[in-house]
Amino acid sequence: MKNLRIHLGLLAPLLVVTAMILWPIITGNVSSREIVFTILKAIALASSLNILLGYTGYVSFGHIVFYGFGGYVGLYFVNEQGWSIWLGMLVGGIAAGMLAFLLGKAILRLRGAYFALATIGINEAMKAFINNFELFGGPIGMTINFSVYRDYGGAAQALSMSFYIMAVLTFTALIASHLVRLSKFGLGLQAIRENEDAAEVMGVVAPNAKTWAYVLSAIIPGMVGVLFFFKNGNVEPHVAFPLHSSIELLVMVMLGGQGTVLGPVLGALAYQGMRGYLVTSNFFKDIQLSVSGVLLLLIVLFIPAGAIGWLRHRVPVLRRVLA
Amino acid sequence: MQQINLLLTSLPDGILLGFVYGLAAMGLTLIWGVMNVINLSHGPIIALGMFGTFFIFIRMGINPYIGLLFIAILGLIMGVFIYFVAVHRVINAPHLSSLLATFSVNMIIIGLGTAALTTSPYNVDFNVGSFRLGSTTILGTRLVAAVIAILFTGGLYIFLYRTRPGKFIRAVTNNRAAAELMGIPSTRILALSFGLGTMLAAVSGALIATFFPFNILSGGGYELKSFVIGVLGGLGNPIGALVGGLILGVLEGIIPAFMETSWVPVIEFGLFVVILLVRPQGIFGAKK
Repeated sequence: MKNLRIHLGLLAPLLVVTAMILWPIITGNVSSREIVFTILKAIALASSLNILLGYTGYVSFGHIVFYGFGGYVGLYFVNEQGWSIWLGMLVGGIAAGMLAFLLGKAILRLRGAYFALATIGINEAMKAFINNFELFGGPIGMTINFSVYRDYGGAAQALSMSFYIMAVLTFTALIASHLVRLSKFGLGLQAIRENEDAAEVMGVVAPNAKTWAYVLSAIIPGMVGVLFFFKNGNVEPHVAFPLHSSIELLVMVMLGGQGTVLGPVLGALAYQGMRGYLVTSNFFKDIQLSVSGVLLLLIVLFIPAGAIGWLRHRVPVLRRVLA
Repeated sequence: MQQINLLLTSLPDGILLGFVYGLAAMGLTLIWGVMNVINLSHGPIIALGMFGTFFIFIRMGINPYIGLLFIAILGLIMGVFIYFVAVHRVINAPHLSSLLATFSVNMIIIGLGTAALTTSPYNVDFNVGSFRLGSTTILGTRLVAAVIAILFTGGLYIFLYRTRPGKFIRAVTNNRAAAELMGIPSTRILALSFGLGTMLAAVSGALIATFFPFNILSGGGYELKSFVIGVLGGLGNPIGALVGGLILGVLEGIIPAFMETSWVPVIEFGLFVVILLVRPQGIFGAKK
């Protein structure tokens, strides 16, 4: 019983995500399946970013680089080498993780805004490089050969399969986030967030811990990238490395509450839901970006801990359930 | 031989552009130096400066170089306004807060701008002639823009070193707490610095609009260039920004002679990351 209680924090995120996954399955509606796919993608990416941003306290403005890079590598093997989507996703995840490992060794020495700037630079450098990289199709990118879908029973079947893979990836991201939070490794990361020098004095090997946090936060985005481009049917440099998506992820994590497991889930859900509403509403559709901007500004200025952080602060009873 | 010819034609253009890039970066680096805030609303402000030239010249028929004065004043006011609305509350918060606060300003401006001005390209058809220098033709607008950029840099220096508010800004840059103890109104000085940084961005945008087509999203590219230049010259060092701008301009002039133009951003951002790693204080940053 005691062992189960520490996992209580995982309950709410799992319930929310399960409910979302069940919704299109029960109604059998394809368009709501697509909506949920987008939200799940956002949850998986935001939860991964949270390992670096929320636990370790490093602001990555270019986290989408792992999504784009992993996606490109995986799709190359699926499309050009005829590998299956499973192997492709594995390779994409490994590629993103390796990129994070190499980058982490170099740029995690930088602190604060310098690190944020470096991640922007890396995202832009990677986008410009892929734009010139002929093996990956250069500026045109890659378009999936329709015969690839045949192994999975046709395009429609592949689309519905992608949804279930996405669901599994989202669960994986949540469980990883939860386990990191509880582990000694995660405790080290949180110590780094509070005070890196003090953490090192207390025996946290900060460079290693930070690098592994970076790698962990990169693998799932790499796999999501492969899956998304596989489902989408094509990939282009400006679709794979959009700087504003990186920032949207930061907003989701901030909105829900950084450093919590449930926060990124709610943040992603709220952000995507709000965006969906604004884009389709007659009154707001032209200025949806401005409305999002105003909301973001209000959150940053007045509730910087995010919804979950604010609730935990205000209602101490909830601290056991909301993690 | 062909390459040298190409180099001779593209290099002067690159150098002239470099001064204007440097001016934009100076705004960014001034704000960073004074308050350790990376202003992510820099790009949209540059774009607004571009539209300033468009409306003043095309709609009102006023010479864009005279219009520059209006744009500078509007930029200053807007910067002070942004400071009090978005930045002041998070000035002592962790970096994420100020980055996101300025980014939300970015989103607000881009959103309103897209609704009002669409994202189709605008063009200011303005010409002050051109002249030949050896085998190359130099456009008058670019030369004037470079001269104005240098004048603004000089003006900024005189302001920072010869006037009282300028000295206050430098004092706050050095040590805000000590400056406050000396009776310097630090909030007003921070707002003024943010206004000046915004003003420089708007002016550089207004100058760029005289020779390049633009839309509301164009500022983003120049914002990224400003990051690169700021880091090249050392964040917080205005003269370094001008030199960094020149380096970037020269690179943009040289690289196309040896490889395809599409490699320019790869090299720029690669250099940016390397400099951040090796010399985060910039090529000319001496101390820290």
